[in-house]
Amino acid sequence: MSSVSQTPTAGSPRELARRFVSVPSAVIALVVFILFCIIGFGAPLIAPQNPYDLRQVDILDSLMPPGSQSYTGLTYWLGTDGQGRDMLSAMLYGIRISLIVGLLSGFLALVVGTFVGLIAAYRRGWVDTLLMRIVDLQLSFPTILVALILLVILGRGVDKIIFALVVVQWAYFARTVRGVALVEGAREYVDAARGLRLGGMRILFRHILPNCLPTILVVATVQMAMAISLEATLSFLGLGLPPTRPSLGLLIANGFDYLQSGRYWISVLPGIVLLGIIISANVLGDRLRDILNPRL
Amino acid sequence: MTSVLNVKDLHTSFVMPDLTIAALQGVSLSVDKGEILGLVGESGSGKTLTGFSINRLLSAPGRVVQGEVLLHGQDVLSLGEEDMRHLRGRRIAMIFQDPMMTLNPVLRIETQMRDALRAHEKMSKAMARTRAIAALDEVGIPAPESRLRSYPHELSGGMRQRVAIAIALLHQPDVIIADEPTTALDVTIQGQILSLVQNLCRDRGTALIWITHDLAVVAGIADRLAVMYAGRVVEIGPVDDLLDAPAHPYTRGLIDSVPARGQRGQRLKQIPGRMPALTELPVGCSFAPRCEHAKAACAALPDMTALDAERSVRCFYPLAEGSA
Amino acid sequence: MAEFIIKRVLQAMVVLLIMTVLVFFGVNVIGNPVYIFASSECDQACLTKTIAELGLDRPLWEQYFVFLSNLLQGDLGNSFTHGIPALSLIFERLPATLELAICALAMALGFGLPLGIWAGLHPDTIISRCIMAFSMIAFSLPVFWIGLIMILTFSVQLGWMPAVGRGDTVDVFGTELSALTLDGLHHLVMPAFTLSLIMMAIVIRLTRAGMREVIFADYIKFARANGIRERRILTTHVMKNLLIPIVTVLGMEFGGVIAFAVVVESIFSWPGVGKMLIDAIGVLDRPLIVAYLIFVVFMFVVLNLLVDILYSLLDPRVRLGGNQT
Ligand SMILES: Nc1ncnc2c1ncn2[C@@H]1O[C@H](COP(=O)(O)OP(=O)(O)OP(=O)(O)O)[C@@H](O)[C@H]1O
Ligand SMILES: [Mg+2]
Repeated sequence: MSSVSQTPTAGSPRELARRFVSVPSAVIALVVFILFCIIGFGAPLIAPQNPYDLRQVDILDSLMPPGSQSYTGLTYWLGTDGQGRDMLSAMLYGIRISLIVGLLSGFLALVVGTFVGLIAAYRRGWVDTLLMRIVDLQLSFPTILVALILLVILGRGVDKIIFALVVVQWAYFARTVRGVALVEGAREYVDAARGLRLGGMRILFRHILPNCLPTILVVATVQMAMAISLEATLSFLGLGLPPTRPSLGLLIANGFDYLQSGRYWISVLPGIVLLGIIISANVLGDRLRDILNPRL
Repeated sequence: MTSVLNVKDLHTSFVMPDLTIAALQGVSLSVDKGEILGLVGESGSGKTLTGFSINRLLSAPGRVVQGEVLLHGQDVLSLGEEDMRHLRGRRIAMIFQDPMMTLNPVLRIETQMRDALRAHEKMSKAMARTRAIAALDEVGIPAPESRLRSYPHELSGGMRQRVAIAIALLHQPDVIIADEPTTALDVTIQGQILSLVQNLCRDRGTALIWITHDLAVVAGIADRLAVMYAGRVVEIGPVDDLLDAPAHPYTRGLIDSVPARGQRGQRLKQIPGRMPALTELPVGCSFAPRCEHAKAACAALPDMTALDAERSVRCFYPLAEGSA
Repeated sequence: MAEFIIKRVLQAMVVLLIMTVLVFFGVNVIGNPVYIFASSECDQACLTKTIAELGLDRPLWEQYFVFLSNLLQGDLGNSFTHGIPALSLIFERLPATLELAICALAMALGFGLPLGIWAGLHPDTIISRCIMAFSMIAFSLPVFWIGLIMILTFSVQLGWMPAVGRGDTVDVFGTELSALTLDGLHHLVMPAFTLSLIMMAIVIRLTRAGMREVIFADYIKFARANGIRERRILTTHVMKNLLIPIVTVLGMEFGGVIAFAVVVESIFSWPGVGKMLIDAIGVLDRPLIVAYLIFVVFMFVVLNLLVDILYSLLDPRVRLGGNQT
C-alpha cells in the first residue's frame, strides 16, 4: 500500500490488537463466540447422534429429562425432545444452522451494502440521492416486518431466509459506509491520490474502502447478532427454516408446546445457547466500537 | 461606601479522584452600587469560573474550596440551597456570552420570562405577561407583545441578547455578572448592547461585573478594572489609572498588545510565551516565567499589596509610573 | 404549517403508491398469484376459473389497476377460513393488538423515562451501569425468548400470571378492552411488558444521552442562574428538549411494536391481528395474509406521517420550515 493511504486516525493493526486484548469483556466475548463457531461447525464430528437421521432416533425415547439413558446405553445429557432426539445433538446442529444463516446473510448484506454505500459516496449527486432515498424508505419499516412480508411471499427455506435477511440488512451497511466514505473522501490523502491521477475505482477500493473497514466490522458484528436473532424469531413463528433444518429458533418453538407441562429443557436449553451467541456477538460489537472508535 | 459584592481570596478547584486542578487561587474583587467593574484576562485565566463561583453554579467536579463571597456583607457561600436559588436571578443575575445558546430553543420567550419571574414572586399569568412586556420594552425590543410569542430562533442574535438582558433585569438585581455578552455579536450591535447595559445599570444603580478579554471594550464602559492571570487577580483599580499607569507587568503587556489609535502600522508588542497550564503553574508568581522584570524574589508568591486607597497589585516589583 | 402538512401528506401518498406496487408485484411476480388468491384445496378446473375471475389472464398493469381500484374501495377479498371480508376481520382483531401495543408503549415510557433520567443525572454510579446493561440486554434479546421465560417463570413455576388469552373484557363504544377489568389486566401485564422491552431499552438510551447533552447546555445554566426551581427546570426546560428525539423515535418504533406484536401475540395467544396473521399463514388463508400486509403497510405510512407532523409541532425550529441546523 502506498504511504498516502495510511489512515490518519486509527492505529496500526498491532496497536488495535493490543487495545483489544486489554479489554477483558471483549476477549471473553470473542472467545465465547469462537467456541460457538467451533462446536457449531464441528457438530457432525462431535454430536453423539445425527438427530435428523431417523435410523438413529427412537421415538420411544421421547421427552426424557436431562441425564436419562436410552436402552442402547447412550446418555441423553440434555434430555430428548418430543420425537426422541438427543437435545445435545439437536442443539449442536442448531447452532451450526443458526451460525451459517447469520454469518452468510451478514456477509452478503455487507457486500451489497458496502458497495451501494461506496457508490453513493463516490458518485454523489442524483445517484447518491436516489440510493439514500431507498435506504431511508427501507429503514423506515421495521426489519422484522419486512422479513415477515418477504417470507410470507417466498415461503420457507434456507436460501429464502438468507435472502430476506440480506434485504432487511443491506441498508444499514449502505448508510453507515456512505457516511464514513464521505468523510474519508474529503480527506487530504484522497486528494493526494486524486492528484496522482489514480482511477476512480482504484481510489474507491484502495484508499477509501480500507478506511471504512473498522466501521464496517462493527456494523457487521452487530448485524450478525441481529440476523441470528431475527432468524430465530422467524423460525419460531414457523416462517423461517423448514423443519428439516431446525435452527435454534425452531428447536425452541418445538419445545414451546411442552413448556406448560414442565418439560422446560426442550425450549430453555437451546434458548440459553441462542442467548450466549447473541450476547457475545453484541458485546463484541459494542467493545469493537469503543476500541476502533469509528464515527457511528 | 460599602460594596455590594465583595469577593475575598476565592479558591476554586476541580477535585477529581486522581487529580485536583486548582483553577482559581485567590480572586479578590469588589463592586459598588452602580459601578461597572471590568474583569479582563486572557482565555483560560478563570474569568467565567469566577462568575460561576460567585453564584455557585459550578458544575461537578468544580467547587469553591476557600474564600468568601459577600453580598451586602452576607456570606453567600454558607447559604442553604433554597436560599441560594432565591438569590440567583433576584439579587445576582447573569448574562452569558452566546445569545444563541442562552435561551431555550423549544420554549417561547413568554414561557422563559414567566418562569424567571415566578421563580421569585407569586404572580398570575396576566401579571407575568405585563411585567415581561415592560421588561422587553425597556431593553428596546420593538413590538414586545408579539415577540413574547416567538421562539428564540426567530430572533436575531442581538435581539436574543436583549431578551437575555431583559430577563436578567426582571427582578432589579443588585449585581449583574455579564460574561462576554457582546463577543458573539457583530460589531455594530456590540456597541448598542454595550451602551444599553451601561445605561440600564447606571439608571438603577445596579452593580455590573463585565467579563471580557477585550481591553478596548472595557476601557469605554468600566469604572474599575480587575486583571486576572492564571486564576488570580493580579491587579485592580480605577480604569483610567490602570490603563495609564499599569503597575503589574502583565497588565502592561495586555495594554501594549492592543492596537492603539494613532499608532497604526506600528508593530504590536506581544507578551512572550504562553500562560502555563493550571497543572504546571510555578510555585511563586505565576507570571514570572514570562516577565522581563522577574528577579529571584519572584520564586515566592506575592500578596495583593495596596498601592494607594483604590489600587492594589500582586507583584514584588510594581512598575513605577511612566516606566515601560 | 398547512403547507408543511400538505407536502408531507402528498409524500406519504407517493410512498403508499410505491408500496402497493411493490406488494402487488411481489405477490404477482415472485409468488404465483393464483396460489395466493385461490384456496389450497383448489383443483385444476377451479384454478382456471379463479384465474379468469381474478383477471390474471389480462396484462399485469391492467391487473394492477383493478387491484388498486378494489383497494381504494376497501375491498381486500374474503378470508377462506372465515368466509367474511378480510378487512372486517382485521378491524375486528385490531383493538386487541392496539391495546397491547399502547400498553407496551406506556410501560416503555413509564419505566424508560425515569430510568434514563436517573442514569443521565448520575452517570458514573453502579446503578446507572446496571440500567445501561439492562437496556443493552433488553434490546438484543429476542422477544420470543423473553416471553417464553416469562411464561416459564410466572405462569408455570410461580403460577402468578395467566399465560394465554385476554381474560375478561369490557365493551367500550363497541370495542372490547381488557385493561378495564382486573382479570383482563392480569392477562395483559405479561405480554405488554414483554412487548415493551425493546422500546424501553431505546427510551432509556435516548433519555440518558439526551440528558447528558441537555443538562450541560447553556440555556439550562441560564435557567439556573435565573433561580428557576430544579423541578421546573427538569420537567419543562430539560424535558421539552428531551421529548423531541424521544417522540420521533417512539413514533417510528411504534410500527416496530406492531410488528413485534406478531411474535408476542402468538406466544401469549393474544387474539390480535398478529396472531391472526400467524394462524392465517398456518392454514394458508392467502387473501387474509395479503390484506394484512397491505393494511400494515398503510398503517406504517400513516404512522410515519403522524410522527412527522407531531415532531414539527414539538420542535418550533422544524415547524417554521427553515433549513436551520
Ligand atoms: N470541568 C473542568 N475541569 C477542569 N478544568 C476546568 C474545567 N472547567 C474549566 N477548567 C479550567 O478552568 C480555567 C478557567 O476557565 P474559564 O472558563 O473560567 O476561563 P475564562 O477566563 O473564562 O476564559 P475564556 O476567555 O476562554 O472564556 C481554564 O484553564 C480551564 O482549563
Ligand atoms: Mg469564559
